Amino acid sequence: MIQLRTRGIPINITETLIKVSYINAVGELVCFSPSLNKTVLLSTGVPPLERHLVIAAIPSLKDFGIGDILLISPNGTISSLFREQSAHNTLFITDRCNSNCLMCSQPPKNTDDLDYFFEINSQLIRMLPPDLKELGITGGEPTILGSRFITLLELITEYLPNTAIHILTNGRSFAWKNVAQAIQKVCNPNLVFGIPLYSDYYQQHDYIVQAKGAFNQTILGFHNMARYGQRLELRIVLHKQTYKRLPSLAKYIFMNLPFVEHIALMGLEYTGYTPKNSDLLWMEPSEYADELEEAVSFLDGMGLAVSIYNLQLCLLKPSLWKFARKSISDWKQEYLNECSRCSLVAECGGVFATSKKHSGKIKAIAK
Amino acid sequence: MELPIAKDFRKFKGPEFYEAEFSEYFLLPFKFHRINDEKEVLVNEVGDFLIVPIGTARRIASRDIQKDELLYEDLFANSFISNKPIPDLIDVLATRYRTKKSFLDDFTALHIFVVSLRCNHSCHYCQVSRVSENRQEFDISIEDLTSGIEHMFRSPSPSITMEFQGGEPLLAFDRVKFGVEYALKLNETFKKDITFVVCTNATVFTDEILEFCKEHQIIISTSLDGPEFLHNANRPKSGAKSYQMVIDGINRARNQLGEDQVSALMTTTSLSLEYPIEIIDNYIENGFSNIFLRPISPYGFALKNSKKNRYHTEKYLEFYKKGLKYIIELNKQGVFFVEDYTTIILKKILTPFPVSYVDLQSPAGMINNVVVFNYDGYVYATDESRMLAEQGDFTFRLGHVKDNYRSIFYGEKARFLSQYWSNESLAGCADCGLQSYCGADPVFHYAAQGDFEGYRPTSDFCIKNMEIIRHIFDLLDSDGKALMPIFNSWINNRPRYQ
Repeated sequence: MIQLRTRGIPINITETLIKVSYINAVGELVCFSPSLNKTVLLSTGVPPLERHLVIAAIPSLKDFGIGDILLISPNGTISSLFREQSAHNTLFITDRCNSNCLMCSQPPKNTDDLDYFFEINSQLIRMLPPDLKELGITGGEPTILGSRFITLLELITEYLPNTAIHILTNGRSFAWKNVAQAIQKVCNPNLVFGIPLYSDYYQQHDYIVQAKGAFNQTILGFHNMARYGQRLELRIVLHKQTYKRLPSLAKYIFMNLPFVEHIALMGLEYTGYTPKNSDLLWMEPSEYADELEEAVSFLDGMGLAVSIYNLQLCLLKPSLWKFARKSISDWKQEYLNECSRCSLVAECGGVFATSKKHSGKIKAIAK
Repeated sequence: MELPIAKDFRKFKGPEFYEAEFSEYFLLPFKFHRINDEKEVLVNEVGDFLIVPIGTARRIASRDIQKDELLYEDLFANSFISNKPIPDLIDVLATRYRTKKSFLDDFTALHIFVVSLRCNHSCHYCQVSRVSENRQEFDISIEDLTSGIEHMFRSPSPSITMEFQGGEPLLAFDRVKFGVEYALKLNETFKKDITFVVCTNATVFTDEILEFCKEHQIIISTSLDGPEFLHNANRPKSGAKSYQMVIDGINRARNQLGEDQVSALMTTTSLSLEYPIEIIDNYIENGFSNIFLRPISPYGFALKNSKKNRYHTEKYLEFYKKGLKYIIELNKQGVFFVEDYTTIILKKILTPFPVSYVDLQSPAGMINNVVVFNYDGYVYATDESRMLAEQGDFTFRLGHVKDNYRSIFYGEKARFLSQYWSNESLAGCADCGLQSYCGADPVFHYAAQGDFEGYRPTSDFCIKNMEIIRHIFDLLDSDGKALMPIFNSWINNRPRYQ
């Protein structure tokens, strides 16, 4: 796993965003802060002269590289916000959320962090390379930012006009037409909204996301966004509360939401709330293999684009291998010891390094 | 800073907390139909269905379904019942309904031009009168053809199909040529998406004709009734054997225009009824991947030759089922071969999309999606309407090609016919469980029963379609798991990958 956060001893440091310019002869990272218009040095060594802006005595710099954008704080914390070498960069909008999903991998916090992250993201967008291929937007629930969410989308459209933008949202805000309309006005054809739908029966969806009325809002949200020409992806997390109605949900999607351009069915990440709700959620993927196959082959047969995320090839029926994607973000992806003997390891997405539990049925596939 | 509302919200609650509060569920509009000894199908207002045990509709109506039944969730999710008289997601239903009926959005697309009544065949089931090959007065005049094409461009539809029929339209190739060229000239201004189709018996191709077809990507639609003995019996041609000429014509057209530019239609006669398997095999041998097991229409010569053609609908249905069964078996063995009528109905049952098939839709295809410009300059509501006209019955004549567009397409005749073109408002259809998948056909009912509205219990249209749709549901119920991948491949017109 890659360390996205570390800490050293701060010297003359105020909070700022810095971009790594180059690595000097002694292996220190020479960075530049546009807001301070000054150079900042990141070093593993002992503090040098005090007139520099330095964070010293950092345990390791190996996970930072040229072009990376880092947030540094007066207490010496360094957080990686953008990694040049990664295809999985995201803007983090907020820890707040209006849902409280049973299996949330990054549980919401009830903090008022909207202004703080908005400021950071406004700067970060301007510092990103203009030829960036992909950028995610995530939270919490990004649309909680309200009109400033639209402002961020406008900034992105201005500074990153050719970047594919993937936004993770529960879509509930789009039940209000004016929100969907405001997004249309941003006029960015590279935005894709990934919205989860966990059941075709309102009560199950509302229970899973722990929010009354969420199902109706999400469905209306899908329709409003489609009406305003937005690109949509539908996401389903596979667990004990969703597997039974999976074939019905697939049919519901085709009949009621056939305009979604991609459907992702995702294995559970065993972290965040999930361990706490393990009894309600956890099941071996082999136990839902039939339902998964029925849903995937139906959607595929009807001409919709389907992917399976986060599930290892050894846990899937071979008929579904062609739908499996290497979906786990690079910084939290790994393989188990067992995987080293597997003939398909190169095609497999591996497991979540962040998961505290993996399937007991992960087995190397012989040639 | 902790937000005040949050603490309680972050406490997990059980499923019961998320159940909507209401005492008794409300019914949304739905209908039902028995499909076999054990099952009935429930169909809601937008064509979504559930196959359930017989008696379920009664239980639903008696508010007998319990919340802990799996069926309860299915009924709720598929908009059969609701917690409110008007459900929260009514807008979604409205969008679904609008989508299903969106074949109406663009108005007339298919414009049929009968460029000549002359023909070199004398098929006993011919649905239009024909005359010998050399009587030019049965060709459309250039003046009328011009006016018809100008009307075609007045259609609001962004995509139009110009179909040449006859007789044998290629006996009046000069008219076809003029028609295509004039349409293309006008299209420089109108910029519509045009498809050209020639319905021909494929026995009169010349190099000039085929080169012209190639240049303008004209689709060839021809007639093939099955094996040689059957085809020649159905489609006699003086002085020659039709079958070999058609096969030669099909191959010649394929070579020059490309495989997918040539299609064939078969007509079922009394004789055909005995040979469903042979007909299908013949289509496969000749390189087709689809067939339309089409019943005969009660028009034109088809009615006069009653002995040969007035077989009972039941016999046709047997033929259809036998053929369909065989085709399904072929598909199970890995052959990609499609039955077109089943596919049209499957699209209506299994997809949320509009299915524009002019002979089975509501409102009917007449005027809304198709219009016919006859060789004599008169305009008819459908292809069948002009066949009646050849027998002296001008009921469905909308006007003359020289009349203005409004008076033809929105005139008194059109308005009169509109009373009978929606099955939602026809006696016997209005409450039929299969209504969403069926259509209205006032021309058929007028011709067969002398009544625009029609009398359902003895209507061949009704008996045929209800039984075919019921049969398809029966198949879905008894063998759905194996059939769905095959049916999906038909709907999407692409072979399954193995």
